[in-house]
Amino acid sequence: MSAYTIDGYEVVIGLEVHAQVNCNSKLFSGTSAAFGAEPNTQVNPIDLGMPGVLPVLNEAAVDAAIKTGLALNAEVNTLSVFARKNYFYPDLPKGYQISQFELPIIGKGEMQVDLSDGATKTIGITRLHLEEDAGKSVHDIGDDNSSHVDLNRAGVPLMEIVSEPDMRSPEEAGAYVTKLRSILRFIDVCDGNMEQGSMRCDANVSVRKIGATEFGTRCEIKNLNSIRNVMRAIEFEAKRQIDVIEDGGVIDQETRLYNADKNITRTMRSKEDAHDYRYFPDPDLLPVRLTGERITNIRENMPELPDDMKQRFMDQYSLSAYDASVLTQSKTSALYYERVVAEKRDPKLSANWVTVELFGALNNLGKDLEHSPVTPQDLGELIDLIQDGTISGKIAKQVFATMLETSQSPHDIVEEQGLKQISDTGAIEQVIDDIIAQNEDNVAKYRDGNERVFGFFVGQVMKATKGQANPQVVNELLKQKLAG
Amino acid sequence: MSELIELGLKESAELIRNRDISAVELTEACLERIDAHNESINAFITVASDKAMEMAKASDERVKEGRARLLEGVPLGIKDMFCTKDVLTTAASHILDNFVPPYESTVTANLWKQGAVLLGKTNLDEFAMGSSNETSYFGTSRNPWDTTRTPGGSSGGSAAAVADFMCPGSLGTDTGGSIRQPAAFSGIVGMKPTYGRCSRWGIVAFASSLDQAGPFARSVEDVALLFRGMSGHDPLDSTSADRPIENYDAGLDDLNIKGLRIGLPKEYFTDGIDPQVKAHIDVAIKNFEAQGAELVEISLPHTKYAVPTYYIVAPAEAASNLSRYDGMRFGLRIDGENLADTYTKTRSAGFGREVKRRIMTGNYTLSSGYYDAYYLKAQKVRQLIRQDFVDVFDKVDVILTPTTPTAAFKIGDRIDDPVTMYLNDIFTVATNLAGLPGISVPAGTIEEDGKTLPVGVQFIGKAFDEQRLLQVARAHEKMANFQMRNAA
Repeated sequence: MSAYTIDGYEVVIGLEVHAQVNCNSKLFSGTSAAFGAEPNTQVNPIDLGMPGVLPVLNEAAVDAAIKTGLALNAEVNTLSVFARKNYFYPDLPKGYQISQFELPIIGKGEMQVDLSDGATKTIGITRLHLEEDAGKSVHDIGDDNSSHVDLNRAGVPLMEIVSEPDMRSPEEAGAYVTKLRSILRFIDVCDGNMEQGSMRCDANVSVRKIGATEFGTRCEIKNLNSIRNVMRAIEFEAKRQIDVIEDGGVIDQETRLYNADKNITRTMRSKEDAHDYRYFPDPDLLPVRLTGERITNIRENMPELPDDMKQRFMDQYSLSAYDASVLTQSKTSALYYERVVAEKRDPKLSANWVTVELFGALNNLGKDLEHSPVTPQDLGELIDLIQDGTISGKIAKQVFATMLETSQSPHDIVEEQGLKQISDTGAIEQVIDDIIAQNEDNVAKYRDGNERVFGFFVGQVMKATKGQANPQVVNELLKQKLAG
Repeated sequence: MSELIELGLKESAELIRNRDISAVELTEACLERIDAHNESINAFITVASDKAMEMAKASDERVKEGRARLLEGVPLGIKDMFCTKDVLTTAASHILDNFVPPYESTVTANLWKQGAVLLGKTNLDEFAMGSSNETSYFGTSRNPWDTTRTPGGSSGGSAAAVADFMCPGSLGTDTGGSIRQPAAFSGIVGMKPTYGRCSRWGIVAFASSLDQAGPFARSVEDVALLFRGMSGHDPLDSTSADRPIENYDAGLDDLNIKGLRIGLPKEYFTDGIDPQVKAHIDVAIKNFEAQGAELVEISLPHTKYAVPTYYIVAPAEAASNLSRYDGMRFGLRIDGENLADTYTKTRSAGFGREVKRRIMTGNYTLSSGYYDAYYLKAQKVRQLIRQDFVDVFDKVDVILTPTTPTAAFKIGDRIDDPVTMYLNDIFTVATNLAGLPGISVPAGTIEEDGKTLPVGVQFIGKAFDEQRLLQVARAHEKMANFQMRNAA
């Protein structure tokens, strides 16, 4: 792939992803962490930061962090420490967030990212740490335009996953988030829903002249709630920084907010206004010590990861890297494919039906795979009908169209609409004989060496059989008969 | 009536269990005493009369049904740092205005499960920050031996209440000496257990790595019983120790003093000690020696750093712990022009001078650029102080020191000089930094300005070795020539 550059500059990107851990309860209290409840109904004195309450670590969140660390080929630190990040805000009840600072639970790792041209790139992971979420502030509502706070989210466990500044284009950043989300979903630690905010992304963006060895001054872009916006915001921000530099200005290190409607970034907080968080180890919590046994246990029970599954699809089903990559982009699609290809169906044919016909159709319908009108069992059955010659590939597309509309089984559709392929040579011979008899001039042309009229005969036979004649049988018989 | 209030804690529980007296009459006697004396002593911020009577009646019911428990019917004063469900909890601060907790601290819950009765909430320095009770938003508590003097702090109300016979026992918290110093100043026994022995759940946090709840009573035996009732592992406190609780009040006299190795740290016997105080400590040492104890001069070389280390670690934790008092969800709120103004107005009005001083000190030492030089350095020194104790406990079984350099000082004498005030903690803070148990027991009385004032001796034990610590304290108590003041 050719390098992504803008007017002689290259872009340097590092990403911070906050992934909400799929957990029944909060990071330090037993309150439910479920999304969507009435405001301030999922809170107890701990979440409210009342006097004298104390945090107790949710071990399930620790397991999720270990699992993610292993999936990112990262160091799992057997000693990590929770620290307090101190700042005042009404959605932060204690006046500090419990996070990890100097000793995170997960250290350096890396991830392979798939690019659109089929290439892969390794992106370094700096660290992963556990922290509690803040509540949600809503401003300017009601008659008095007042601000309100919902503390349901306060204390919900998050994993902050920080990348190295290894990405060099919006596409690479998009591919990174896509891959990371896929991994988190594969190992079932986060639902990856960016719109609902269960996965959030901040981008650190800087630019430098091609060939420069020092990084430029970076800006942190917040509020990126979709992969598309991650890419658009980076592109905008890179161009903005280049314009500033080209105009003789300097980049101020600052935090900027992305506005998706206008596709711009604007200053949220300058470096001078940056908080001094006064981090220090939380004396209410003991250091987290992990036993080798616990890590081994999680490692041994790890579900298959996307990269491993892609390789297996290539090996086991002889799929191309591209097909394998498309199918393993999500756990749902991989599982769907594996259900289709079961029962010894043709892997390549199955892959085509899933990636081309099904994905294309769902895309047109604006539906995702979870809500597909066609079950993998039915799609498999359709492929059976093609493979055993009951219907042709062409008729199959017609049947598939009905399946999308009605969710009927392919058997029923074929029966109802009388679409069974005619492979009975006797019946086809009869049709061919009639056509030859009616088209003596074209027969003569063919016999004179004009092979192009062969197609005419095939067309006539298919027309006469409403497309149900087995094309292979038609070809063979036509050749024999026309040869005379 | 005066007979009832002079009863000890264990004695009361036994008399109630045997139905010689009722919990109701004892509680009534205590409430009457509080009614008569609280105006001058100011030991209680809240007197929970109705709740106390209700609990006492329930106690008597249980006794009738033969279901009496360890502390059945014993009325207790609870330092107002402990959250008590449905009972006003103030931490002696304006910022907690009208705060009524919907939950109960684990330690008090343990006591109620053992049949104890909540008399009320006792006075303290605001957020336990002080050594004289003078920083309380509700006015200073006074020493029953001489009401012009402090009962000590921060648990001054709890100490004064027991010393004035308002209750046979009470609870305090000790972050740098806040149980032991008031016990010494008030002529009673007070113990700070090993860090982790008593759950911190539901205790308003001052400095989380140092705070520890503990008992006050007029005898070692009563302190032992109260400690037994309040301590124990608590899954709600991650720093709580999962260690068995023993019957501390039994076997107190089983110690064989012969051969007991008592460490006398040379750093604690300095010129700064009042000679009258020193004389009592010397007597205590001689008493043990006469009984065959082995006296070992030891050194705790990092002692001189204990007070400065404490005054970095404690305010840093406090600054963070007190951030939750922002006027948003409970307590005082003074609306301002905008959010920042509301924070400023609320916290400016809600916190007293000493609390503000510590919040500022704490935030300063945690700030970037200063963290390494102050907080991190203090943590390293803390480790050295802890190691000092580990090293000497190879050689000795228990350490003996004065609890304080002087007897109770006069109210108003030191409040304008924080450093002098802080130095009052010189013999007690190291114990907190090391997480060890310490106990103050009366050693005798001295005469000052025509007043009789008590003096305390401190014993410091190995971690989780409260059993022996209490036995040693008990041995001292029997040998000491200490005369408690009369209730009348």
